[in-house]
Amino acid sequence: MGMTMTQKILAAHAGLDKVDAGQLIMADLDLVLGNDVTAPVAIHEMEKMNSKGVFDKDKIALVPDHFTPNKDIKSAEHCKCVREFAAEHNITNYFEIGEMGIEHALLPEKGLVVAGDVVIGADSHTCTYGALGAFSTGVGSTDMAAGMATGKAWFKVPSALKFELVGKPSSWVSGKDVILHIIGLIGVDGALYKSMEFVGDGIANLSMDDRFTMANMAIEAGAKNGIFPVDDKTEQYMKEHATREYEIYEADEDAEYEKTYVIDLSTLKSTVAFPHLPENTRTIDEVGDIKIDQVVIGSCTNGRIDDLRVAAKVLEGRKVAKGLRLIIFPATQAIYLKAMEEGLLSTFIKAGGVVSTPTCGPCLGGHMGILASGEKAVATTNRNFVGRMGHVESEIYLASPAIAAASAVTGKISSPADLGL
Amino acid sequence: MKAHGTVHKYGDNVDTDVIIPARYLNSSDPAELAKKCMEDIDAEFVTRVKPGDIMVANKNFGCGSSREHAPIAIKAAGISCVIAETFARIFYRNAINIGLPIIECPEAAKEIAAGDEVEIDFDSGKIYDLTKGTEYQGQPFPEFMQKIIKAEGLINYINS
Repeated sequence: MGMTMTQKILAAHAGLDKVDAGQLIMADLDLVLGNDVTAPVAIHEMEKMNSKGVFDKDKIALVPDHFTPNKDIKSAEHCKCVREFAAEHNITNYFEIGEMGIEHALLPEKGLVVAGDVVIGADSHTCTYGALGAFSTGVGSTDMAAGMATGKAWFKVPSALKFELVGKPSSWVSGKDVILHIIGLIGVDGALYKSMEFVGDGIANLSMDDRFTMANMAIEAGAKNGIFPVDDKTEQYMKEHATREYEIYEADEDAEYEKTYVIDLSTLKSTVAFPHLPENTRTIDEVGDIKIDQVVIGSCTNGRIDDLRVAAKVLEGRKVAKGLRLIIFPATQAIYLKAMEEGLLSTFIKAGGVVSTPTCGPCLGGHMGILASGEKAVATTNRNFVGRMGHVESEIYLASPAIAAASAVTGKISSPADLGL
Repeated sequence: MKAHGTVHKYGDNVDTDVIIPARYLNSSDPAELAKKCMEDIDAEFVTRVKPGDIMVANKNFGCGSSREHAPIAIKAAGISCVIAETFARIFYRNAINIGLPIIECPEAAKEIAAGDEVEIDFDSGKIYDLTKGTEYQGQPFPEFMQKIIKAEGLINYINS
């Protein structure tokens, strides 16, 4: 029996010719990531260790993105702790305000992750880098501490689900709709402990930004990782962003998958996840009349340049509905600058939206757009759990940038088609 | 090693955002986090919980964010063990790493009710519902996991 793509990457990093699902391995890490919420806990754990140093100052990334620019004194203290640790250990990839961005958009953009890597991050959406053909997974702060100290982590080799993507998505249907459709299909624990391996000719019709969005939300199906094969688009992306050598792994022909799902992208419609789980999906024609108070476009899921271009296309020459708040978060400084140069920010502001500096902000109920009781938001973010964006009696509807932008114009959940687009 | 206490019962997909809402993550102090534990789904939990109590839930407990603050808050609130049908994988790792005992046992998760008095033997993996007089077989804790839990977490265990 052959190995899946994930298993091959893990085997190579464990110095083994072959691994099987369920096997416990110790793997070498190419990168260890933490942010301003999780890194302080990891740093505190490291201080308790007998060995104090880091394994490689170039293979640790520290990105203060969650509650930054510092939202209060306690957050400022956390950021200070991370900053001082980075200085003390001479960490190459510490990104201060002004050069930082949302971690999972920033690391690929900076070329810090390439195909074939094994990456752990103390943030559940670390699985995003599967879009590049890397194995990456979220861990907690203690694992991050052990990773920073030793450059290694133990893993239970995952079994896998195969998603064969065929066809071409219709206009306004994006990677967000594909992944919401899949989560609706298999549930929030449908891939628990497993890999989600995306394959098929349909992948060629998905941009890198679509793939980042999809791999990012693998965790919302409970997966250990989501991963895409490396194709021309991936190689082009890495050539533009990275200088490191990359290694392309492919699943064996006889790799074992617990189940295969065939997804015809041409049949998918824009999809919205209703409160309070990402699996509560409905297609746009089943949504009904839902009035909303706020629209958030951004996050590690959908704050990339393609996302902002789509939003601007919908908002161009239109106005946000009276009384509705539209808040847009370019995910990194480079994306922010590009959006400015392309005139997208001007479109947003003329439409009546506000544009924030890169931050996770309201996605996790941190700051910059918290909901009051009874309020409803359409967000391009990744979770719609109880209280995630504010009051426990507020509601979050997860959707693509196209749906979010159209909803901002009408004041209720809508599609670009409702605007005649 | 044993745990003994009163049960606090929850349903499916208890996520780490409700275990400890992000608005409190500007602190990493266990005592402070414990005061806000479960606030968004069970505001009375922190006034009701007694040291040694046990948490029981259904499938996918601890899903969502990787915040280690979630098991830290549960442990600091006084919970001695969490029993669930299944755990989300990052939470599972985090709980072991910080020394919070957790057991997967679908039958126990289904049948044990809120308020029941429960005893758990970590060596055998046996779960006793003393209120109902029932017994369940959970996964016994391997020796290294018991050592991590006794050492109050992975880092102390590595150091020792």
